[in-house]
Order: sequence, then structure tokens, then C-alpha cells
Amino acid sequence: MIDSLAVLAVFFGLFFFLSGSIGLLRLPDVFSRLHALAKADNIGLAFVALGVILLEPGLLNDIKVVIIWLLVMAASAVSSHLVARRALRKERDDD
Amino acid sequence: MISTQLLYALAGVGLFAIGLRATLLHHLLLPRLLALNVCGAGVFLIFIAIAYAGIEGMPDPVPHALVLTGIVVAVSATAMALALGRRLENIKSDAIKSEATKSETLKSAAVKPEAMNDE
Amino acid sequence: MIEILWFMVDVMLVLLLLALAWTTCSSRDVMRAVTLFIAMGLLLAIIWARLKAPDLALAEAIIGAGISGALLLSAIRDYPSTAIAVDRSPLMHSIINTFTMALTIVMSWAAWHGLNMSDGVRLSEQVASQLAVSGVSNPVTAVLLNFRAYDTLLELAVVLTAVLTVLILNDKRADSTAPGPLLQGMTRWLVPLLVVTSGYLLWVGAHAPGGAFQAGAMLAAAMILLQLAYPSIHQGFNLYLLKILLVIGIFIFVLTGLWMMSVNDDFLAFSPAHAGTLILVIETAATISIAAALTLAYIGGRPTGWEADNHGNRAMTEKGGAE
Repeated sequence: MIDSLAVLAVFFGLFFFLSGSIGLLRLPDVFSRLHALAKADNIGLAFVALGVILLEPGLLNDIKVVIIWLLVMAASAVSSHLVARRALRKERDDD
Repeated sequence: MISTQLLYALAGVGLFAIGLRATLLHHLLLPRLLALNVCGAGVFLIFIAIAYAGIEGMPDPVPHALVLTGIVVAVSATAMALALGRRLENIKSDAIKSEATKSETLKSAAVKPEAMNDE
Repeated sequence: MIEILWFMVDVMLVLLLLALAWTTCSSRDVMRAVTLFIAMGLLLAIIWARLKAPDLALAEAIIGAGISGALLLSAIRDYPSTAIAVDRSPLMHSIINTFTMALTIVMSWAAWHGLNMSDGVRLSEQVASQLAVSGVSNPVTAVLLNFRAYDTLLELAVVLTAVLTVLILNDKRADSTAPGPLLQGMTRWLVPLLVVTSGYLLWVGAHAPGGAFQAGAMLAAAMILLQLAYPSIHQGFNLYLLKILLVIGIFIFVLTGLWMMSVNDDFLAFSPAHAGTLILVIETAATISIAAALTLAYIGGRPTGWEADNHGNRAMTEKGGAE
């Protein structure tokens, strides 16, 4: 029962990762691609982390997985900001 | 169906071949360095594929230690190659600059005698 | 059924790896090639984890993807153009292709023959039988720092040589523009977290995946992040202390080896009673050295204020080292 819930959670996460990847490949410019990737990182990873927590119970493990999720979100947010800033500056210089 | 070891060993061989071809094909430093690192990754994959002993057994730790050493040595070699490349670029750009100033002094020296002849 | 699923996962990982390698090597833009290379490093880390090599997965993620990527990205600035063009004649092209294909066929045959015809005896039993006297319970750490300690000593010497070359050849890279408050805000809490994690990796290497190299590389990554967020933060570092930090790994290692030679009649032969403590001491010194070395390799040259000592060298650096 727990196993099937975990598999379901991981599949949800994979769906978000898939949509993020399709967005990365098909969207026209940098800013929309960053927007698509943010979905993959935040929600997709959250569901995969939920699946991992269901599969490997134990308080220490759960805390570690949640910390990993928060760190990945923070790192992805800051790097998206830096990439967007650079793209904006390049656009402004070209005009 | 081929065994896991053989699959990953062949993948390592393929990686090595891709990197080797790109190393021979390019003549700039940075693409060759990337391709050489890909070669190294292929060799590491062959090592670890040989050391793999199934999903239940304990893998052979000696190739793991060798590849760990190899990863650190590869990054040091990359840093050294980049430093050499940077120094080479500096020497080249300095040589171009000194050529430009030399031709300018020659041109100004040629202009001055003509001006004196006109007067 | 399980085997079929594992096989499908393996095939997908291998195909993705080969596709990433191909696009890295045949890309027309340097920036794209380096980014794909970093992605390939991360995929390789996943493959190491699948092949039951967690120490390697940690090391590949930190060093192969992180530090290697930072080095390559900061080196793109040195080259005038970012376009890659292949400059070989068509004849050379076909010669290279044929040669590589022939080599691939020979190596694949060798891999198949070697894996099928060998008796499959590996060193895992030998290592497992000697693990009790090695002082640690992680087999990779036991091999690295006890059974094959000489290789690790020579590896530290190789890293030092590479960093010395980087220090001799160039001056420090010009500082990049300050990136702004968001990166600085994140660095403020991320760098202490990285330092603590590095200490944890060093400690846990004795009985779980981890060890000196992963810890040293994580410390170097923290210092590189600091350099990116606050570009002049490494300016006032005591250069005498930096020189000591660079060599302390090899120094402690050789000292321990000589001490063991006087006690046990063999260079680097750890006595089983003290092996655990000695390995921890050596690993700590090695972590510090590797962190200093990799940070200096990223900074790109002599730090400001590190003068050339020799008169001849000083003249050469003044002529050719200016940027």
C-alpha cells in the first residue's frame, strides 16, 4: 500500500520533470525556459522526495530529504535569477 | 540479453572513442580538453563496470579507489592545461600588439622623411 | 521481470550518456559544449550510484561536475571567440573516423573477451578479509589510505605539481563584476553549511561513503562560491599560511610513513592498533591541502602580493604576465 503510494508520488514528480524538459526544449526564449524549469525543480522534486520518504521511513532520513529539497529550490532560484539578469543585460546591450 | 558489466564496459569504450575522435579532429585547446575529459570518463566507466558484482554483492573496491584518484588527477590536469593555454593566449596577443606598434613606428618614420623632402 | 526493468534503466542511462558525450564533442559553441559537459558529469554521478560506487558518485558530482565546470567556465573568458570550427581536410576527417571505428571494434572485442573468458575473481574477498585490521570499515577508504596508501601519496604530489604550474605561469585572474545581493545572500548561509558538510564527509569516510577527497573538494567549492559572490574576499589571505596549507597534506603523509617505517620496518605500514587514528590525521591534512590546491587552481594564478623570488623570473613575469 505504502509502496504503491510512493510509486504514484514518483510518477507525479516525473510528469513535472517531463513537462519542464519539454518546456526547456520547445519554448522560444530564455525567460520562459527558466519559468518552465522552475516547475520541474520545485514541484517535481517535491513529489519525488515524497516518494523517497514513503519508501525509506525514519525521522533522520526524512529530515535529510526535506533539507535536500529546500537546498535545490534555493540554488535553482538563485541561478535562475543570475541567468535572467545576464540575459536581460545582453538584450539591453543589443538594443 | 547482455550482462550489466558488458553493457557499461561497451558504453565506456564508446565514450572513449567519441572523445578520441574529437581530440584528433579539433585544433583549439578548449574542445580538445573537453574531449580528453570525455575519454577519461570512458576509461573510468570501464573500470567500474569490471568492478561491479551484481545488485546484491559487494563490488571490488580497488578499482573504485583507482578511479577516485583518477577523477582528482583529471581535474588537476585540466587546471594545468587551462593555465598553459591562458599563458599561450597572452603571449600570442602580446606578440600581435608588438607587431602593430612596430609597423606604426615604421610608418611614422617613413612619413617624416617625405615631409622633409617636400619642404 | 526485475531484471528486464533494470536492463531498460541501464540502456536508457547508457544511451543518454553517449548522446551527451556526442553533443559535447561536436558542438559548435564553446559555452554550449561546457554546459553539456557539466550535465554529462552529473549523469555520470547517477551512473556511479547505480553501479554501487557511492564514494565515486559524491566525488564525481563535486569534482567532475562542480569544480571542473567552474574551471572551464571561467577559462572561456581567456579565448577571443566562442565559435568552434573544425579545420581538418576531408581526407584527414576520413582517416580519423576509420581509425576511431577500428579502435572501437578492437576495444569492444577486448572488453567482451575479457569479461566472458576471465574467471571472475575479484579482490573483494581479499579486501573484506583484511578490513578488520585496516582501522576503518569503509572498504574504499581502507584501500585508498591503508592498502594502497602509496598511490594516494603520489596523487597528492600530482595535485601539488599541477597547482604549482598554475601558480608559476600566470597572475591572478581579474575579478569578475560583483553579482549582486541575491547571490551574496545565499552564499552567506550556504558556505557555512558546505563547510559543516565537508567536515561531516571527512569524519564519516571511515565507516560510510565519504572521505578526504570529497571533503576537500567540497571545501574548495565553498571557497569558489565565496570568490564568486564577494570577488575580493580572498585578497588579504596570509600568503605564508597559504603556502603551508598547500604542502601540509604531503608533509603529514610522509611524516607518518617514515614514523611507521621506524616502528614497523616498512614505509606506510600502519600498525593495526593505531591505524584508525593515523588515517583520520592523514585525511584531515589531505583535505586541507586539496581544498587549498583546488581553490588556487580556480583563482588562476599567483595571488596578489605573492612575489616572484628570482630576479630572472621577475623580469619574465613583468614582460609576459601582464594581462
